Amino acid sequence: MKTYYNPEDLKKFGKIGEFQKSMADKFFDYYGEVFKEGALTAREKALIALAVAHAIQCPYCIDAYTVDSMEKGCDEEQMMEAVHVAAAIRGGASLVHGTQMMNKVKELSM
Amino acid sequence: MKSLKAQNHPLSNSQYEIELLESPDFGISFVQKLDESQLYPLKPLHIETLQINMGKMCNQVCQHCHVDAGPDRKEIMTREIMEDCLKVIEKNNIKSVDLTGGAPEMNPDFRWFVTEIRKIGKDINIIVRCNLTIILANPKFHDLPEFFKKNRIEVVSSLPYFSAARTDAQRGDGVFEKSIKALKMLNDVGYGIERSNLILNLVYNPSGAFLPGSQEGLQAEFKKKLGNNFGVSFNALFTITNIPISRFLDYLIRSGNYEGYMEKLIESYNPNAAANVMCRTSISVGWDGFLYDCDFNQMLDLKVETPQSQHISDWDNFTLKNRNIVVNQHCFGCTAGAGSSCGGATA
Ligand code: SF4
Ligand code: SF4
Repeated sequence: MKTYYNPEDLKKFGKIGEFQKSMADKFFDYYGEVFKEGALTAREKALIALAVAHAIQCPYCIDAYTVDSMEKGCDEEQMMEAVHVAAAIRGGASLVHGTQMMNKVKELSM
Repeated sequence: MKSLKAQNHPLSNSQYEIELLESPDFGISFVQKLDESQLYPLKPLHIETLQINMGKMCNQVCQHCHVDAGPDRKEIMTREIMEDCLKVIEKNNIKSVDLTGGAPEMNPDFRWFVTEIRKIGKDINIIVRCNLTIILANPKFHDLPEFFKKNRIEVVSSLPYFSAARTDAQRGDGVFEKSIKALKMLNDVGYGIERSNLILNLVYNPSGAFLPGSQEGLQAEFKKKLGNNFGVSFNALFTITNIPISRFLDYLIRSGNYEGYMEKLIESYNPNAAANVMCRTSISVGWDGFLYDCDFNQMLDLKVETPQSQHISDWDNFTLKNRNIVVNQHCFGCTAGAGSSCGGATA
């Protein structure tokens, strides 16, 4: 069955440079730099990436950062808490717009 | 749970395992990779460590065990073979003796052997790969921490995770709780305590079909979690990659992860790790005295390729030092990422 997403395509990510090398090189250099140990540990960054992957709902990133988080020693509970952070922010972001609706209602109401 | 051997499982036949490892075409062989790194044939640098497998008997039956050890395994090293080992250690200036199994402590001559090794040299680094739960398995083992201390043994123990769920999934129900108790007993006599000179190192191997992350990062996390949650301390954490043989291979196949895992190992090949594989500095002795390039080759029954010096009783240092190391597809486990050896990452 044909689908838009194919897990095999994740392995081809590194080959993005085939069509435009210099930008891809710059991107992957930057990408590598971002995920190094820094003020945040590589482990903390993996959990942030996992949460963001769920927020943007990218199946490639969810796969990749689930593996990365496991390799870096995160457990199921920590990973699920990261996903809840994404869910809370996404839910909260919808809900907080309720204030805009409330403002409008109040503006129009007697 | 029974060992593969007791189940009469096809993977308990090393010939079958090797055929299986060689059969899928992953596009490249380990030999080709070594050749590209100018490391083929793979040669020893020197022989400083003797890793001795004292038997396959164990009180645990871990899911990932490359030895296929367990209570139903009866293969055990005799005192006669140990005497041959002692001669080799003495004559050849062996610097480190690494005792493994199964649970080496279950061998009835274990204490005698350790004491004799210590008599040969006070500076020999004697390592015991202790699975921790053995200390609590029977009252006759409760004083092991004291025995280790008396003989200045370095203790290396597996703890795949700092929580019960993942540890028990790999090593069996209740293993985490017992391991913590045993670690505290070791801490109580001074093991793993700063400035005590009694070394307690932990081994982390992933509980599943993924590779270990950075040794440094995991060590920091383990120290924090074991210290804060359980009051346990240790010296260093060694990250070890699961080698795709025996029970881990069985797990990979059963869970549908075999091909993906092999691809990951191959794509993570690191030439620096290949230059530092442990078989270049050590020899492994089987329970029956036969010699192997490492404990993994031992389980695949791939003996050193020097017929004139293939048993501890025929040890010939010159021949062994000039041998070609026997390699196959499972070796990709030693060269992935930061590398893997019985002492952790290598690159
Ligand atoms: S991994 Fe170690 S403790 Fe577990 S069954 Fe094998 S020898 Fe025993
Ligand atoms: S599996 Fe054994 S022979 Fe192969 S590279 Fe690792 S230590 Fe060397």
